[in-house]
Amino acid sequence: MAFASALKCRECGREYPTDPLNVCEFCFGPLEVAYDYEAISRAISRERIQNGPLTMWRYQDLLPVDGDHAVDLQTGFTPLMKAPNLGRLLGLDHLYIKNDAVNPTNSFKDRVVSVASTKALEYEFKTLACASTGNLAGSVAAHAARAGMNAYIFIPADLERGKVVGAAIYGPTLVAINGSYDDVNRLCSELADTYPWAFVNINMRPYYAEGSKTLGYEVAEQLGWQAPAHCIVPSASGSMFTKIWKGLKEFEDLELIPKVHTHMHMTQAAGCAPIAEAYEAGVTRVRPVKPNSIAKSLAIGNPADGYYSLKTIQESDGDATIVPEDEVVAGIQMLAENEGIFTETAGGVVISGLKRLVERGAIKRDEVTVAYITGNGLKTLEAVEDTVRSVTIDPTTSSFEEQVLNA
Amino acid sequence: MAKLRVRFTFTPELIQEPVIWQLGQKFPIITNIRGADVRQAFGWALLELEGEEDQINQGIEWVRSTGIEVELVTGDVIE
Repeated sequence: MAFASALKCRECGREYPTDPLNVCEFCFGPLEVAYDYEAISRAISRERIQNGPLTMWRYQDLLPVDGDHAVDLQTGFTPLMKAPNLGRLLGLDHLYIKNDAVNPTNSFKDRVVSVASTKALEYEFKTLACASTGNLAGSVAAHAARAGMNAYIFIPADLERGKVVGAAIYGPTLVAINGSYDDVNRLCSELADTYPWAFVNINMRPYYAEGSKTLGYEVAEQLGWQAPAHCIVPSASGSMFTKIWKGLKEFEDLELIPKVHTHMHMTQAAGCAPIAEAYEAGVTRVRPVKPNSIAKSLAIGNPADGYYSLKTIQESDGDATIVPEDEVVAGIQMLAENEGIFTETAGGVVISGLKRLVERGAIKRDEVTVAYITGNGLKTLEAVEDTVRSVTIDPTTSSFEEQVLNA
Repeated sequence: MAKLRVRFTFTPELIQEPVIWQLGQKFPIITNIRGADVRQAFGWALLELEGEEDQINQGIEWVRSTGIEVELVTGDVIE
């Protein structure tokens, strides 16, 4: 059963029933799911979690839906891998990679969409929808297919072909919009008000966002029921960053893990770093930017959770790092060549950001450090195709020896 | 009739301008202020705009032409 008790405004604290709402009708603040933690504490235990499925749904007591009827593609409980080679290179003895690129549609978005689509079915919506530039499109289309729902996916008309195919294959109605990034945003906000659809990150957003908490729970469980000293996280809207922290704090409050001393480190690419820029400027207002970044999955110019991300940084004594655009590919290569994991551009931002954190002394050699890799490299091949080389030879031993061995 | 929830952000030189009043005078739009913080150095206001879609669009264009930043309250929804 679900323990969600209400939706609560993060600004004025006003409470609402758990309906498909995302904004407070009074102050326009964002709504967040509130839980009956006393009831959860009576039900939950390490043993109960360990006896659950090997997916994110092992944490269903802390998700705002009935997990017994989840729209589930077997998302989550992804590997937490020790990274000895990269650790040696950077000077870290306890570096781990949380590899969320191995989810069903190859990104962490499956976590949030699994929750949103399950909630959409509870509300008896027939249609799942989103506006996307990539990862979300594929995940929404796949979950709608699994749930037997209609899907409307709105994309900018100039989206890369690979991403279009990655969503279209699941059979949604794929709508390419002629217009700017702002135009797509605006249209989808209006459509969400007009049509009785479950827009996963608009009217379903309070539920959707909760799915990212499982990235915090899993890491704590996989580390032997303890929180790491450092989390390095890529950020777009900032939602996942805040929810990993929320997940760790919930585990602490429920006494599933000891006190949390985790420092939350946000990473953004220079071409779209509105939250990190606000952090560096020491202000709480996040000023929107026009995205121009190689890390397209992080390119949200007006981040919904910017302010709350800054609060998470403050609460956790963390920080934010801006990664220059020309270091993103180097981060992808560093992870691939040292640990055999091929990540998309967002992961390149994380690894290059991690390197910068170590260089400036923010992370000590003996501290447990987790870098979150949230998407698969095959999604952004165009970003790295100029960096790879192969040798073409004639089909003879002499050609091989001359052009490869003795080159 | 359409409704749109937006945030206006004012720079210091625009704080004394009655832009929200002017918006309602120039365009047939109902402006409903739901939250605001206006100080010497900066100001912001959360509003619900109600009217015909094209009038809201033109109104927002005019507000932007004054130098005020206009964003959706919900932030960007394209992910």
